[in-house]
Amino acid sequence: MSGTKIIHKELETAPALSPLKTGGDIGSIAAAGQWTLIWHKFTRNKVAVFAGVMILLFYFVGIFVEFLAPGLPDKSKPQFTYAPPQQLEWFAPDGEGGTKFLPHVKGYKMEVDPVALRRTFTADETDIIPIGFFVEGPAYKLWNLIPADRHLIGPIDKNETVYFLGSDKLGRDLLSRLIYGTRVSMSIGLLGVCMSLVLGVVLGALSGFYGGWVDMLIQRIIEVVSSMPTIPLWLGLAAAIPLTWSPLQVYFVITIIVSLLAWTGLAREVRGRFYALRGEDFVVAARLDGSAERRVIFRHILPSLTSHILAVITLALPVMIVAETALSFLGIGLKPPVVSWGVLLQDAQNIRTVATAPWLLLWPAGAVVVAVLSFNFLGDGLRDAADPYGD
Amino acid sequence: MLKYIIKRLLYMIPTLIGMSLIAFMIIQLPPGDYMTSVLASMRDSGVTVDEAQIERMRETYGLDDPVYIQYFKWITNIVFYGDFGFSFEWGRPVSELIWERMGATLSVSVAALFFVWGVSLPIGIYSAVRRHSIGDHVFTFFGFLGLAIPNFILALTLMYLSYKYLGQSVGGLQSPEFADAPWSWAKLGDLLAHLWIPVVVIGTAGTASLIRILRANLTDELNKPYVVTAKAKGLPEYKVLLKYPVRIALNPFVSAIGWVLPNLISGVTITAIVLNLPTAGPLLLRALISQDMYLAGSFILLMGVLTLVGMLISDLLLALLDPRIRFN
Repeated sequence: MSGTKIIHKELETAPALSPLKTGGDIGSIAAAGQWTLIWHKFTRNKVAVFAGVMILLFYFVGIFVEFLAPGLPDKSKPQFTYAPPQQLEWFAPDGEGGTKFLPHVKGYKMEVDPVALRRTFTADETDIIPIGFFVEGPAYKLWNLIPADRHLIGPIDKNETVYFLGSDKLGRDLLSRLIYGTRVSMSIGLLGVCMSLVLGVVLGALSGFYGGWVDMLIQRIIEVVSSMPTIPLWLGLAAAIPLTWSPLQVYFVITIIVSLLAWTGLAREVRGRFYALRGEDFVVAARLDGSAERRVIFRHILPSLTSHILAVITLALPVMIVAETALSFLGIGLKPPVVSWGVLLQDAQNIRTVATAPWLLLWPAGAVVVAVLSFNFLGDGLRDAADPYGD
Repeated sequence: MLKYIIKRLLYMIPTLIGMSLIAFMIIQLPPGDYMTSVLASMRDSGVTVDEAQIERMRETYGLDDPVYIQYFKWITNIVFYGDFGFSFEWGRPVSELIWERMGATLSVSVAALFFVWGVSLPIGIYSAVRRHSIGDHVFTFFGFLGLAIPNFILALTLMYLSYKYLGQSVGGLQSPEFADAPWSWAKLGDLLAHLWIPVVVIGTAGTASLIRILRANLTDELNKPYVVTAKAKGLPEYKVLLKYPVRIALNPFVSAIGWVLPNLISGVTITAIVLNLPTAGPLLLRALISQDMYLAGSFILLMGVLTLVGMLISDLLLALLDPRIRFN
């Protein structure tokens, strides 16, 4: 929300019918621009602000993935299949009966069940693996550009492995994979929203501005698309992706598919607002001043819709994240070696696997739910704040 | 009313055409046509390919015709002969495969719809009457959670919990020992024991949003002067509540068929894949993966039609309930 601090320099001449509480600096409120009022109203909704912070945190994780993850997502250790999560502890015995400050995890003691031949891991109280911050670890390239080997957290001895959230069937670190998946899952939503934003705004604006047969046609298209059950249609489109395509191509096609069905809500919202604004005084004035239609749309009507559009796309984002997750989960979306939350959930498809390693379901599912919940709360807050002149 | 019905039916025609275009597009989307996949699969299984038969099939499906003629043939066969094409994976006409599965899809969706209604009505009323009580906050919290958890994750979680704590292996709609048994009370009980998980999974999101709508509508209604008057003249609380405000706030329940049904059918698809229910979902996924496109396209088309019919029913019911709609 970097654009929210803009304060228009001109004083408004109309009486200040402000929804804000009295007791503040009346002068500054009367002179405040629309975005300042929206920001004021938004920050009063504590849940929405908290949700917004969560979203920023998610995107922060998505940006600095390589540094934040303790290891690499594809590094497998076959001797540690389905190793349970290790608890980070801060104090360790110092050998003289006391304790000292030493962040560490306990190593694994492996037992093989003689009947089922299944390996079970328990914490080995004597095996202490020291953990450090900003440690040297496996080398990576930040954003595929900058070579580095520092990690926020990890074992001080490079050759040790830690599984803060447990490991999967190949002994890969779930925490690292979850963090790498955050980048893919969160960015697919963002890219998809940009695409459906273009579609929705253009079609909605055309429909609402011109009316008549254009409106009729676009309305019918919207009706068809929005009355198709989404998941079967997503499945149908995603299944047509050739198996030979590279992960990057698949990533973009999935983004397009996900956004193809999501623009209708936005188009409806934009159309409705256009309809309402078409007869407003400032639009009529702009027209009488001889503004071309394009100028009326882009300079006069669209800017006054920005806050509403922002709210609608915030509410559309979780739908896309869930769509990607569902498609990847079913095996027709993103595929390994790409890591997304949905790809991680593929491992949890089998109920027996989940019974042995519940963390494989818990953490990726938790990430999806927290992200979706945060977007919903943030979107609700933005929608309420979008019209700061109301009650 | 008749005029309204006719108008509403006519409005459906362009939408239906649009849907059939989308379904046909999905059929055409994978590279190569239907016969290339048939030939490939025949060669894979070592069946000798009969040239004359291929020629005949190319002829029947008009695969050498331009796309619009292919579409025309496909849609006229469906509309006039009920012929949805041929599933090469199953070696049977699509129409034979599809009805049983669509029936199961419909039954689970309708069961979920009743669940949505049955749960959200009392909770919605409670939440509106006791606004900001602890119960209201608890329901709101669970409502948000229910909206945020994707169906398949909820299904997996319930499966895991019932596997771990109830020792019951869930999945399917029947235990194996009842699968071929004739209908009896025991079989019905077994069906219900399996049905509750998909119904809860699919219905949760719809329930949550319907509770929110009902709560908002009823709150508006409860503040109106006629409610105050009714209370002032000493009408019992339940009568004040149920006689008028609830009846007016019920409109969204009827229109819910229109927008909840697409979500339910959509939800049944993925939930059925996770829980392995005998509905259209798993078969659709299999058809798509093996590129059995006539089967897949027909499922998508029929699911769309099912939603449209749902919307039609909800619109007609609403018009029946609310004269303002049918006279506008």
